[in-house]
Amino acid sequence: MPGLIGKKIGMTSFYNEMGRNVACTVLDVSPNYVTQVKTNEKDGYSAVQLAYGTAKEKNTTKAMKGHYNKAGVAVAEVLKEFQEMDENLSVGDTVDINQFKVGDLVEITGVSKGKGFQGVVKRHGFGGVGQSTHGQHNRLRAPGSIGACSTPSRVFKGMRMAGRMGNDRITVFNLRVVKMVPEKNLLIVRGAVPGHNGSNVLIQL
Amino acid sequence: MQGIIREIQQEFMRTDIPDFRAGDTVKVMYKIKEGDKERVQPFQGVVIQRRGTGATETFTVRKMASGVGVERIIPIHSPYIESLEVTKRGKVRRARIFYLRGLTGKKARIKEKRG
Repeated sequence: MPGLIGKKIGMTSFYNEMGRNVACTVLDVSPNYVTQVKTNEKDGYSAVQLAYGTAKEKNTTKAMKGHYNKAGVAVAEVLKEFQEMDENLSVGDTVDINQFKVGDLVEITGVSKGKGFQGVVKRHGFGGVGQSTHGQHNRLRAPGSIGACSTPSRVFKGMRMAGRMGNDRITVFNLRVVKMVPEKNLLIVRGAVPGHNGSNVLIQL
Repeated sequence: MQGIIREIQQEFMRTDIPDFRAGDTVKVMYKIKEGDKERVQPFQGVVIQRRGTGATETFTVRKMASGVGVERIIPIHSPYIESLEVTKRGKVRRARIFYLRGLTGKKARIKEKRG
């Protein structure tokens, strides 16, 4: 499965040929460089390590600089491994936007926006408790019962409760590529992509 | 990064729409698809707000249709707008004239801008 590392730039919308207004996300997919090829014989699994973005040399450790130097590429912002990539890639090669075409369905992985400590209504889609009148008070967004009494006299593991929400690794499948701007390395997909604007995402075909 | 988005939007934005603001009376010729036929429906009323920026900007037009207030939200850069004509420039003191919703008859008039 070919893939690369990109960056979410932001959302906008435009009109397609049907005249429908389509919400879409703009992604930056500047060329990625192969920094390491892992093979079954040597590493126990096969994968390709890609580098994306630019970083300041003074903020890069010597160890990492050595790693980039070995591959002959500039210091990068992110390194990610992709399994099941094209086996003909070798260290120093570039992987760019040209592997995608308009109409492709891609899957995009990113880290969702952190929502903080949230209750069950927002976090798990609970309905809340009943009505707000007839003597009922302060239970509107409560979870309700979380189990029976003396049998089993405990709360089952995995019970959905309030807690930290968001900031998870999320993969969205089947996002259609609606437009490409190869000269600016921009990929525009239909729909939303997890994460803040400016956050890194993995795009896989 | 917003600059990149603006650049992309440029392509979809229309330049043939005249400038107008809240309080103006506009006549929008709106294309309507019925099956495979297309016809144009005029919608004339007072602009009560403009909202958003760039390609996603919209405006709201309000008119009284047989005693009932009708509001329509239209994207400014929509290809369904055949043409837009400003029939009257209104003099209002705010960018969103929602107070118009609570007014009827003579009270709901807007002073015309002179000159």
